[in-house]
Amino acid sequence: MVVLRRKDLVCREAVELVTEYLDGALSRRDRRRLEAHLAACPNCGAYFEQIRATISLTGSIEPEDLSPEARDELTELYRRWRAE
Amino acid sequence: METDVELLARLRDGDEHAFVMLVERYQPSMVRLARSMVPSPAVAEEVVQDTWMGVVRGLERFEGRSSFKTWLFRILANRARTAGWHEQRQTRGNRGRAVDPSRFAAGGQWAEPVEPWVEESDDRMDAAEWAPVLRAALDELPQRQRQVVLLRDLEGLSGSEVCAVLDISAGNQRILLHRARNHLRERVDAAVGRS
Repeated sequence: MVVLRRKDLVCREAVELVTEYLDGALSRRDRRRLEAHLAACPNCGAYFEQIRATISLTGSIEPEDLSPEARDELTELYRRWRAE
Repeated sequence: METDVELLARLRDGDEHAFVMLVERYQPSMVRLARSMVPSPAVAEEVVQDTWMGVVRGLERFEGRSSFKTWLFRILANRARTAGWHEQRQTRGNRGRAVDPSRFAAGGQWAEPVEPWVEESDDRMDAAEWAPVLRAALDELPQRQRQVVLLRDLEGLSGSEVCAVLDISAGNQRILLHRARNHLRERVDAAVGRS
């Protein structure tokens, strides 16, 4: 049985702090506790890297291209708005 | 390439070409955002057109204190609300946690090891290959989580810009974002396991 010191994070808590950590929103104390945990725990270290990789993969999803019809329709609307 | 501010100045002078350039720059992102806010693609399209009308008519009210993109998305979110977008009721679930508690043992440690795949993601996972998995995972998200992750991780807005667009608190924004990211991570994780 692992005896946890009160100041140590367990994995279940550590994984919840990752986005706050990446946003620089953690208190200095929590940031240190998380960094210590990530350095010592390969599972949470892998989780952290996966979240970062997911963010980067997600960031490369492009929206659908604008169709020429949609662009022309908006241009028509623009002329009407200007004429009003 | 002309900046947004330069195009807006020309738009104030009634330059149609500046309008078309702004449309080409932002319309795809606006359609994507609108579809995350209203139930039907047809209504989403109306919301986007309304937004452009709001831009053309409200140009004088843009003071440049936020980026044009944030201002644009904020108008869009307001129009979506007016168009009858009613937010889905969100259940808290998982006692407010992003990662399913059943993944952990009683002491709070992972019950099963987390298999690393990030190196593989560099080698054989190019972004295009993962786009279908991630698009499907985005569609599965509750509305609010989808909006937050879309604005943060796809559109690249800052946390405070997202709060301004969606009218939510910083804390809530982070909770929604972390849940969304965790869901996307799980879907990639499962797909890595299959491949």
